[in-house]
Amino acid sequence: MGRYLIRRILQSIPLLILITVLVFVLLKTAGDPLAYLAGDPKVSAEDKARLRRSLGLDDSLPLQFVHWVIGDTWYERDLDLDGEPETFGKRLGIVRGDFGNSIRYNRPVTDVIGEFLPNTLLLGMTSFVVTLVFGLLVGIYAALRQYTWMDNVITTISFITFSFPIFLIALLSVLLFSILFKQWGLPFLPVQGMYEVRGEKTLIEVARHMILPVFSITAINVAGYSRFIRASMLEVINSDYVRTAKAKGLSSRRIVYLHAFKNASLPLITLIGLNFPFILSGAVVTETIFAWPGMGRLFIDSLNFLDSPVLIISVMLTAIAVVVCQLLTDVAYAWVDPRIRYS
Amino acid sequence: MANMTLSKNGSSDIVSLGRIESEAKSPWRIALRRYLKHRMAVFGTLLMALVLLFVLIGPLFFTEDYANKTKILDKFKPPSVEHPLGTDQVGRDVLARVIYGGQISIAIAVVSVVISIIVGTLVGLLAGYFGGWVDGILMRLVEALLAIPALFLLLMLSNSLSRSTATVNILGRELSVTVVVIVLIIGLTSWMALSRIVRALVLSLKEQEFVVAAQSVGARDGLIIRAHILPNVIAPVIVSATLGVGAAIITEAYLSFLGFGVLPPTATWGNILTRAQDQLDKVWWMWMAPGFFIVITVLAINFIGDGLRDAFDPRSTK
Repeated sequence: MGRYLIRRILQSIPLLILITVLVFVLLKTAGDPLAYLAGDPKVSAEDKARLRRSLGLDDSLPLQFVHWVIGDTWYERDLDLDGEPETFGKRLGIVRGDFGNSIRYNRPVTDVIGEFLPNTLLLGMTSFVVTLVFGLLVGIYAALRQYTWMDNVITTISFITFSFPIFLIALLSVLLFSILFKQWGLPFLPVQGMYEVRGEKTLIEVARHMILPVFSITAINVAGYSRFIRASMLEVINSDYVRTAKAKGLSSRRIVYLHAFKNASLPLITLIGLNFPFILSGAVVTETIFAWPGMGRLFIDSLNFLDSPVLIISVMLTAIAVVVCQLLTDVAYAWVDPRIRYS
Repeated sequence: MANMTLSKNGSSDIVSLGRIESEAKSPWRIALRRYLKHRMAVFGTLLMALVLLFVLIGPLFFTEDYANKTKILDKFKPPSVEHPLGTDQVGRDVLARVIYGGQISIAIAVVSVVISIIVGTLVGLLAGYFGGWVDGILMRLVEALLAIPALFLLLMLSNSLSRSTATVNILGRELSVTVVVIVLIIGLTSWMALSRIVRALVLSLKEQEFVVAAQSVGARDGLIIRAHILPNVIAPVIVSATLGVGAAIITEAYLSFLGFGVLPPTATWGNILTRAQDQLDKVWWMWMAPGFFIVITVLAINFIGDGLRDAFDPRSTK
């Protein structure tokens, strides 16, 4: 078990390095982060050149990567434009904990992300738990009633829901629960942001604001999960050993379904493990529609501003989470199923 | 196996044993029969045929110039006889844009899926068949790309590559160059899942007797791949391709909705919706029409894909 763990960890390291390089290259080729200064008359050409130099944007790409990793305190730049480098850089590089400054907010990237990340986690975790609960309920219910009309209804609704793009569900729910309810005089749900602009910042307010976004995210995910759970439950229920257990007269149906569910939950654990880290990337579309101040919104805003330090760290965060979760899932799977350990 | 009868030249004295149920069924015909028994799949096929009819016949009633003709005075007009689905924010007829947008959306989805299955199958075949360091490098690349959230990847690529308003002439129509870029981007970011499936399948096929036999006779790798491995890999590729078209339609809708996809004036189902966000109840025609079409198209495709998957699966009991 320990050797398997070590093997998997060692395999993950080159993967993380590869991801780092890929993301860095992708983002650096995305465009000029200082483009937003182009139309500003207060910024002269020399100022712009100096800003570029000091941000390290004039260096070659591999050199920028090196600076990003180990910092540039050892590297001299020509900041007073006299042709001779004399100023040392101030960055320490990520290996020393310096994740750079957001070009747009002019604050450390960790600050900026720290502001947006908890909101995404709140939304994501809630959606995740709700998805899991309802997915299990619906999936198991449908599996136990295979071929009945209820199963067919659930399957049809799942298919239809799964075919909706998420923004359509979001827009429909906004139309119904906010706009039309308001017009009909019913209590309506808020649509934008986490708190009312001039209201108090209480938990109840956040919860109220969270209802519609969570609903949009979970609707599609429940449709997907419930079908998966239903399929794997059916596979186990129809399997030989369950049939044998029933034939042996294993009395309580509950015991059989407990066995069935324990085995059916193994692929489910894999699915959860693989989907979980993508919570961090935030539901980009949902956050945009509902103006939720989360990582998805941050990503789009930073993309529009080409704020590469923030972008790189956001993507890296998710990628690292994915690799770590994959590792944990593999380990959990190998721990439960001994056949994998010895391959 | 034919009926056993007297052979023509009389040299055989095997007597006919009566008609034996005989006709040799190729796996394709078996799959077709099972597909046709799948009610949802048949329904999906019909639905898809209707959608295709709509987007292909529609241009006979509206020209593309009409779909792109702006008339600010007419903006946000509700459905009427003249504009059956109303007008959008610059006065263009929504029905015409839904028709032409449908062509573009479906075309983007199909072409990008073709790209992704070519790349995915190639990578999966190479990695699975040759193993070793080829497998190692390719699979590490696949894992690295899969670790980056797809939407992030798409947005980053689209931001770098598709911000121009130039137009390009394809098949005699003036399309925004973003269409080509989006096709490439979606195609190049969705091949990874298929490559893993193909690789797993190739790995298991490699151990089968007919491949080992071919190798022992000295057949070249290329021949083995083409004649033995590829035909057995096609079924999951087809299923994945079908479902991929649905996913590609939704992906394109997301990108265009966020403003990172196809840019106007070229219409797609996604970018018709973009402006409807601020006035949902007032301009319901603008987003319900393309939204409705997206849903029924993707639904039809999902039914078809589900039917294909059951039809090709030898273990399916239905």
